[in-house]
Amino acid sequence: MLSAFFAVLRRDLLLAWRGRADVLVTLAFFVIVVCLFPFGVGAEANLLRTIAPGVLWVAALLASLLSLHRLFAQDHADGTLEQLLLSSEPAVLWVTAKVLAFWLTTGLPVVVVAPVLGMLLDLEQGAYPVLVISLVLGTPILALLGAVGAALTLGLRGGGMLLALLVLPLFVPVLIFGAGAVEAELSGTGATAHLLLLGGGLAGALALAPWACMAALRVSTE
Amino acid sequence: MQWESWSAFWNMGGAGFFVWGSYGLTFALVALELVLVFQRRKDTVNRLLRWRKAVGRNGSGVGAGKESPGESRAIP
Amino acid sequence: MSRPDRGPSILRFAAPQNFYPLAGRLAPWFAGAAALLTLAGLWLSFFVAPTDATQGEVYRVIFIHVPAAWMSMFVYLVMAFWSAVGLVMNTRLSFLMSQALAPTGAMFCVVALWTGALWGKPTWGTYWVWDARLTSQALLLFLYLGFIALTRAIEDPRRADRAGAIIALVGAVNVPVIYFSVKWWNTLHQGASVSLTKAPSMATTMLAGMLVMAVAAWAYTLAVVLWRVRPMILERERHTEWVGAELMREALRQGGRA
Repeated sequence: MLSAFFAVLRRDLLLAWRGRADVLVTLAFFVIVVCLFPFGVGAEANLLRTIAPGVLWVAALLASLLSLHRLFAQDHADGTLEQLLLSSEPAVLWVTAKVLAFWLTTGLPVVVVAPVLGMLLDLEQGAYPVLVISLVLGTPILALLGAVGAALTLGLRGGGMLLALLVLPLFVPVLIFGAGAVEAELSGTGATAHLLLLGGGLAGALALAPWACMAALRVSTE
Repeated sequence: MQWESWSAFWNMGGAGFFVWGSYGLTFALVALELVLVFQRRKDTVNRLLRWRKAVGRNGSGVGAGKESPGESRAIP
Repeated sequence: MSRPDRGPSILRFAAPQNFYPLAGRLAPWFAGAAALLTLAGLWLSFFVAPTDATQGEVYRVIFIHVPAAWMSMFVYLVMAFWSAVGLVMNTRLSFLMSQALAPTGAMFCVVALWTGALWGKPTWGTYWVWDARLTSQALLLFLYLGFIALTRAIEDPRRADRAGAIIALVGAVNVPVIYFSVKWWNTLHQGASVSLTKAPSMATTMLAGMLVMAVAAWAYTLAVVLWRVRPMILERERHTEWVGAELMREALRQGGRA
């Protein structure tokens, strides 16, 4: 059973490696969005330091939104998705594998680059570990929730905008606790509560989202 | 009775704009929704009548090559 | 809320051809009740309820604001309920009910936001505050819009029904999460200048006005949803005999009028 999980995971990672330009585009988008803010609000270090957690988190959220529509599109177009749905392997497993591969190729690079961008925004030293932990816990939730939206809008005209409208309201709690964790660390109240809530959210999303995603894929492909 | 005169009623203690703006928009939206719902009903009935004429009256919709009555899934 | 297709005859009225005439018969009664209750509620709100000691007359906005906010949340729950019923029992009518509910729920969201803004300006000095309730109300509106946009974007009715039901359920699971996260965020960010938790003590007549308006909103929702679901049923069941007969009756009625 787990062999299907790892087979799909390896296949998706391999495909992502062959199309690595896409991954770089996501990353470039993340960097550019963050770099826009000093132009918009002014380059005053104090202001940038204050808004840094929120800016980094909003940019990470938009970057993960940008690539979401690719999650199932290719497999839908070439018929792989239907084959997978028809196969006897439990769908929840390979759906989870696909989302994990998606996160490893779009979420993880963002997590890695975020501290560098934090330096550009003059984020305080002490906040970096919390920033990274919050992103590690939060961006998989975005991928899991987004996968449900991507499955529902599969193959629709104007699916990208629709996907944004569907999932952005659902992303709000993740944004609140993610950016809130960094801000709480900076203000000295400690980020433990935020990170625990993010972890709980991740556990909840991991338990529920693959099922919803599987149901959505069945609906969208029949 | 709360009000000394009609002008006092419309003035709402100086908050007339806010109170009547709220009630005005609410009832305008309710009226708009009702108009759209009845418009939708009329449109649907007329479109389905035309469609039945086009496909013949056997009710199965088969044979005339027009399976769908056109734009159909709009929600007012 | 008593729904026409619950109770002992549930199975009978789950069939579209039985539900369609029932909806047509019930809707005018609910509409009439809504009109009468609205008149009574307006009379209570403007002529019986006293001027509020701290807010003056502007508080009279709450007689529509609070019922609209309640209704917008309640309608989403009912929508999720019908979606779940549709997915579990595979009844087409349930999906149609949830799709017919969405525009009315969105309308109540807009009303709640608009009246909240107009109440906030004289009370807090600003049209918009990033208050937990206002913010989650705005997010609820986005959930409604997403549901409506999704069900309209999908052309295959079967897929539209199910996709809409899934997003309605995902949204319903997230509504409490959104509400509590926004509330948490709000307590951290809200300045002390605006205290929203302190509810004004309400006179009995004020409460009565609000409750009557709330019941009126329920009756209105029932009426307009039943009216909206009827043409949707005709559309879906257009291949059946009974819709053919129904359409012939409509044609005769129109011909008689012209």
